[in-house]
Amino acid sequence: MKEDILLEIKGLKAELADGGKEILHGVDLTVRPGEVHAIMGPNGSGKSTLSATLAGDPRFNVTAGTATLHGVNLLDLAPEDRSHEGLFLSFQYPVEIPGVSMVNFMRAALNAKRKYFGEEPLSASEFLKLMRRKREIVELDNKLASRSVNEGFSGGEKKRNEIFQMAVLEPRLAILDETDSGLDIDALRVVAGGVNKLRTPDNAAIVITHYQRLLDYIKPDVVHVLYKGRIVRSGGPELALELEEKGYDWIKEEVDNQKDSAI
Amino acid sequence: MNALDQYIDLYEANAATVSAHSAGALNAARADALELLKRVGRLPHKGEEGYEKTSVDDMFAPDYGVNIGRVDIPVDLAAVFHCGVPTASTWLGAVANDKFVPTESLLRNIPEGVTVMSLAAAAAEMPDVVEKYYGRIASEERGGTPLALNTLLAQDGVFIHVCRGVKAAKPMQIVNLLSSPVPLMAVRRVLVVAEEDSDISILFCDHSRCEIKCLASQVIEIYAGKGAHVNVCDMEESSSGTSRFSQLFAEQHDGSELKINGLTLLNGITRNEYYIVQKGSRAVTTLDGMAIGNGEQHIDNFSELSHSGDHGRSNQLFKYVLDGSSSGAFAGTITVESGARFNEAYQSNRNILASREARMHTKPQLLIFNDDVKCSHGATTGQLDQNALFYMRQRGIPLAEARMMLMQAFMMDIIDNVGIDGLSERLRHLVERRFRGEEMMCADCNAKHGV
Repeated sequence: MKEDILLEIKGLKAELADGGKEILHGVDLTVRPGEVHAIMGPNGSGKSTLSATLAGDPRFNVTAGTATLHGVNLLDLAPEDRSHEGLFLSFQYPVEIPGVSMVNFMRAALNAKRKYFGEEPLSASEFLKLMRRKREIVELDNKLASRSVNEGFSGGEKKRNEIFQMAVLEPRLAILDETDSGLDIDALRVVAGGVNKLRTPDNAAIVITHYQRLLDYIKPDVVHVLYKGRIVRSGGPELALELEEKGYDWIKEEVDNQKDSAI
Repeated sequence: MNALDQYIDLYEANAATVSAHSAGALNAARADALELLKRVGRLPHKGEEGYEKTSVDDMFAPDYGVNIGRVDIPVDLAAVFHCGVPTASTWLGAVANDKFVPTESLLRNIPEGVTVMSLAAAAAEMPDVVEKYYGRIASEERGGTPLALNTLLAQDGVFIHVCRGVKAAKPMQIVNLLSSPVPLMAVRRVLVVAEEDSDISILFCDHSRCEIKCLASQVIEIYAGKGAHVNVCDMEESSSGTSRFSQLFAEQHDGSELKINGLTLLNGITRNEYYIVQKGSRAVTTLDGMAIGNGEQHIDNFSELSHSGDHGRSNQLFKYVLDGSSSGAFAGTITVESGARFNEAYQSNRNILASREARMHTKPQLLIFNDDVKCSHGATTGQLDQNALFYMRQRGIPLAEARMMLMQAFMMDIIDNVGIDGLSERLRHLVERRFRGEEMMCADCNAKHGV
C-alpha cells in the first residue's frame, strides 16, 4: 500500500556540485513506518552522499530520480523545510558553532518548525521543561546544553548531542550517519539506547554504519549494501552478520563481474 | 577649491566669534592649527598612505554649516533617553551636536573627585588642568590636517577629570546627538584626564537625528596616569546620511590599563583613528573594534599603537561583518620602540563578507626595533561557514535566521569583552536587532536615506 510508505527513493543520481563527479548512480530504497534500515558498504561507496543529498546538502546536485517523504517531494524543498517535514540527519561529524549556545540553537530550530505548522512559539518555561525531559533520554549533561553548539565537546558528547536534538525535533525519519564512529562501548550503548527509546510505529530510521557492532544495539529490519553509488544487495539482519564475517570483497567481485559480463 | 578651503575661509571670517564662544586652551591652540592647515593646504585623499580606502577630503567636501555663532539648534533631548543602552546604571550627559548638555541627574549625583563638564567651561574655570593636557596628547605629526581642522574650529565638547586614587562607581555615559535641519558639521572635542590610580569607564553613544547629511568631526584625548584604569566604549548607531571622522589619542603611564572598544553598529561613512602610546612601563592596552555594514556603508578603522616602555602588553582585535555593497578597511600598526624591552603585542583582524559585493581591505603591520618581544599580527577574511549553515538548516533553522545567528556569534567575543557592567547583554540585543534589520533608534533617518 502506497500510504504505508514513509520514504521512497527511485533512481536517485547525484553529483558533486563542485566538479560534477557523479557519486550516486541510481539509488532505489523504500522505507515503511516502524522500520529500521541499515545501510552498509565499503568506504567511498556513497553512503554519506546519500544521506547528505536527502537532507539537501548544497555540496551535491541531484541529476535524476525522485525522493519522497510521506508523499512530499523532498527534492523540491529547502533543507530547513525537509527538516520540518520530518527528516533528521545525525551528522557523522557534527559541526562546532562557536558563539551560538545550544539553548538558542534548539529554540530557533524548534520554533521554526512550530511556525512552519502554524503554531505559536513555545514559552521559555515550556521550552526549558522540554529540554530537560529530552536531555534525560541520552543522559546529556546540563552543562553541555549551556555551551556553544558542539564546541569543545568530546566525540561521544557530540553524538549524544545529535540524538538529543533528534529527541527534541521528533522526526518521522532519522538518518544516522556513522553515529557509532568515535564512540566507546559505553557511549555506544547510551546513544543506541536513545535511538531505541525514540522508536515508534510511525517513525523510521536509516542507520549508516561500517560495522555490525551498532546493529547489536539497534536491530535493523532490513540491511542494504551500497557499493559504487547503488544499492547492490538487500537482506535481513543476517546479511550484516555475513558481511562482518566475510567482508565486502565477495560482493564487490559479484557486482564487478556482473558489470563485466554485461559489457 | 578643495574641501579644506571652505573651512579656513569660514574660520578667518569668524575668528573672533569662534574665540568668543570658547575659552583658554581651546583658543590658544588655533593659531598653530591654522598655520599647519595653510602650509599643508589639503585634507588627505583616498589612496594616500594611511588613507588607502577613505578620502577625508570627500568626507569634508559637502557644504556643511558649522555652528560658529552657537545658535540654539532645536535638539530633541528626549531622544538621548531613547539611546538603546540603559541609562539607569550610568551617569548621563549629552552633547547636542557640539554643545555639552548636562542632565539634572549628572549635576546632582556626580561624586567628589570626578568632574564631567563642558570643555569650554572647563577651559575657563580650571585653565591650569586643561592647558596641561589639551592638544598635548594629540600629536600634530600623527593627527595631521584632520586634527588641525578640529582644533581650529572646536568650541566645546566634554571634559572628564578623575582625581588621583578616585574610582568612579558607575560608568559615565555621553550621548552624542547629531540633529540639524540643515547640513551640519559638529566639531567635538573630548578631553579625559585620569590621574594616578584612578578608575573610570566612559560610554559614548553616537546617534543621529539628521534628516539631511551631517558630519561629526571628533577628537578624543585620553591621559591615563600611573596605575590608572580607563575603559572607553565608543559606539556609533547613526544613519546612512551621517559621516564620522574620529581620532582618539591616548597616552599611558606606568602600570596603567586602557581598554577601548570602538563599535560601529550603524553608520554612513566612518573613519576611526586610534593613536595610543604606552609611555610608561607595564602598561596594558586592549583595543577592540566591531563593524557591521550593509547597504553602501563604509567603515575604516586605523590604529597606531606604540610601546615605548618595558613589559608593556597590548591586544587588538577588530572584527567586521560586511553585507550588501558595504566596504570596510582596517590598517593597524604596532610599533615596539628601540629600548622598549619585554613587550607583548598582538593584533588580529577577522572579517566576514556576507555578500558577493561587500569588500574588505586589511593591512596589519608590525614595526619592531628591539629584541625580547612577543608579537603577532594577522588578518583573515572569509565567508560564513557553509558547514555550519547547512547543519543549522538541517535542524530546521531557516537560512536567513541561520546567517543572522552566525554573524552575531562571530561578534560574541568582542561583545563579551566590553568591560562595562551590563553593557555586553544590551549589546547582544542591539547587535541582534541590527542583524535582523529591525528598527534602530535612527530608523526615521534611515528610511529617508534608503538603508
